[in-house]
Amino acid sequence: MTKLKIETMAEMAAKGAEPEILFWVGCAGSFDARAQKVTVAFTKILNATNTQFAILGKEESCTGDPARRAGNEFVFQMTALQNIETLNTYGVKKIVTTCPHCFNILKNEYPALGGNYEVIHHTQFLQALIDEGKIKLQGGGAFKGKKITYHDSCYLGRSNNIYEAPRKILEQLDSDLVEMKRCKSKGLCCGAGGAQMFKEDEPGDKRINIERIEEAIDTKADIVAANCPFCLTMLSDGVKAKEQQENVMVYDLAELIVQNNNL
Amino acid sequence: MIGQIAFTLLVVITFGIGYKKYSQLRRNILLGRDEDISGDSGARFKNLLLIAFGQKKMFKRLLPAVLHFFIYVAFLLTQVELLEIFIDGFTGSHRFFRPYLGGIYTLTISLIEILSVLALIATVIFLARRNLFKIPRFHMDEMTGWPKIDGNLILYGEIILVTCIFTMNSADEAIHLVEGKGSYGFAISQFIGPLLTNVYTDFLVMLERIGWWGHIMMVFAFILYLPFSKHLHILLAFPNVYFSRLQPAGEMENMPMIMNEVKSMMGLPVEGMDENADANMDEIPQFGASDVFGLSWKNIMDAYSCTECGRCTTNCPANITGKKLSPRKVMMDVRDRAEEIGAKLDANDTRCIKPELKAKTQTLTKDNFDDGKNLFDYITKEEIHACTTCNACVEACPVTINPLDIILQLRRHEILDLAEGPAEWTPMFTSIENSGAVWQVPDDRDKWVTDLLEKEDQA
Ligand code: SF4
Ligand code: SF4
Repeated sequence: MTKLKIETMAEMAAKGAEPEILFWVGCAGSFDARAQKVTVAFTKILNATNTQFAILGKEESCTGDPARRAGNEFVFQMTALQNIETLNTYGVKKIVTTCPHCFNILKNEYPALGGNYEVIHHTQFLQALIDEGKIKLQGGGAFKGKKITYHDSCYLGRSNNIYEAPRKILEQLDSDLVEMKRCKSKGLCCGAGGAQMFKEDEPGDKRINIERIEEAIDTKADIVAANCPFCLTMLSDGVKAKEQQENVMVYDLAELIVQNNNL
Repeated sequence: MIGQIAFTLLVVITFGIGYKKYSQLRRNILLGRDEDISGDSGARFKNLLLIAFGQKKMFKRLLPAVLHFFIYVAFLLTQVELLEIFIDGFTGSHRFFRPYLGGIYTLTISLIEILSVLALIATVIFLARRNLFKIPRFHMDEMTGWPKIDGNLILYGEIILVTCIFTMNSADEAIHLVEGKGSYGFAISQFIGPLLTNVYTDFLVMLERIGWWGHIMMVFAFILYLPFSKHLHILLAFPNVYFSRLQPAGEMENMPMIMNEVKSMMGLPVEGMDENADANMDEIPQFGASDVFGLSWKNIMDAYSCTECGRCTTNCPANITGKKLSPRKVMMDVRDRAEEIGAKLDANDTRCIKPELKAKTQTLTKDNFDDGKNLFDYITKEEIHACTTCNACVEACPVTINPLDIILQLRRHEILDLAEGPAEWTPMFTSIENSGAVWQVPDDRDKWVTDLLEKEDQA
């Protein structure tokens, strides 16, 4: 296996090179142990498909999504304007990110602050790579006939109407895609959005991730596929709380591709 | 002649009271701040056609959608008949359009009759659903008192209205037959009419009049009742859908004032900054919304358009898992608060003039209003803290109401103006501010790269 190549924008700029895309890693992808695995998986795919990419590395900051949604516009503006300065200095045009929260805010909310980029979520990017034939998913692989259910994240689904690209990937894995009772535009939130990830739930009968994972378990799926680092955490916690670790695995779509193709 | 005078009088009174009530309604909506909702009228008309006229979002649930559709189409078609009632009422004519329209007239009235029967069936099922079957969304905390009565009243009104239409048409049919003029040929009353031909003609004439007057009086009562009712949506759904946002649902409104402030702090150029900006800043600006004055007029129109159907709440992850948040309640609270302010303005309740302005004026306006209350007296912080910003409520609403937008503005007020909010959020804010990450972590942001490459080297 060839060595992984991960360069930063600064390194590229020093060489006078410009990457095709900037991979926006995000806080979870950078620091959260579980999400880091998705970051690595996606990096492997980028390498395997010879995609010229770079990361910002130490120059990347939180996009400000949880601060803004909690109501703290000051903190959001500070971090966002800082990011835009960095991105514009490098003349970044195209951004791919593995986090739907980063995706939504970069795509929809940075323009009003002066940051205009083409922003793509990694599931869309992966689907495009498959369409272009750059990734060939060997059917009949590890997932042939496996029951997989797909959890729509709110920020990819309802917020941005992306429902099909991720599902197409699953179909091409030769897996048996089963839908939960609430799916697509009716999909149930995992409970993390709107800065809930950073606080305890308000008093109630149940945690939202438990409600959601019960629905996933009801489908008898072997795998729950997700597209968001926060959903990943919430759903995995749900699986643990239900003591279903033996029966149900929670993966990001990028991880499934890596496993299928032994990258 | 007496009939014509009575009718004209009734129209004048209804429209007089109606004008006042609807002006107040308009005023209440405009209590909100300005929001520029211009642009892409093509997309807006498309929404109007599909979602308002076509009821596209209702059809996510088939049974209520079909039943509601019957009542809705019956309502639309009856407007044609209403026009005739007005002409007949003013001029004393009888079935004014019939000679001109001939077959088309028979067809139209027949359609109205058929739809009225369907609407009647739908109404009875709706009444049963509301009162006999325990459909949870009709029995939540916010659905007691007036909202519950309101939901039923209109259904009873609908039954009376349909009964009047058939009394009128059937009695008229019988008279026509007795007078030897043959049948009108309307789809349903042509079968009821013959059953009445033995009745005294005088009585038939009276019956027809009772039906006619009953019908039009129900309509007038309805016009005056709407501003107090969730049924206002039959009027407001149309403008509300037309003016609904076209951006992706995930997009939050920018706050240019804070953006510019931060830009100048960071030494970045600020576009369109006028030299005297600081001079205008002697009044501390409000951030977010603490009351309807801080919300946009569209938020308030949303509240008045709410049908209280509860689709938002039954799809809300917080509500499903037993949290106090109910997006429907948020909308009802905004409307109640707007009504409260409106009533105080109408009464010119001078106790509500801001204390420091009391010496200057005796007229209460929205600009000097302060009754010591605000939206937080209606909506608790616990409710707004429970929201995951998942957009399920927005997606579910058949008339494109956006409860999330209001929740986020309340959160902004809480954090920016009151410096309150869940304590657990503070470390996240500080961490983003100081280290550019949501968690306080000692590692560099690209440590995963070094770790990964190291691991590979070892392998
Ligand atoms: S956006 Fe908030 S209020 Fe609306 S459904 Fe989601 S959690 Fe409930
Ligand atoms: S906001 Fe919309 S979905 Fe919710 S109760 Fe009102 S009309 Fe129904």
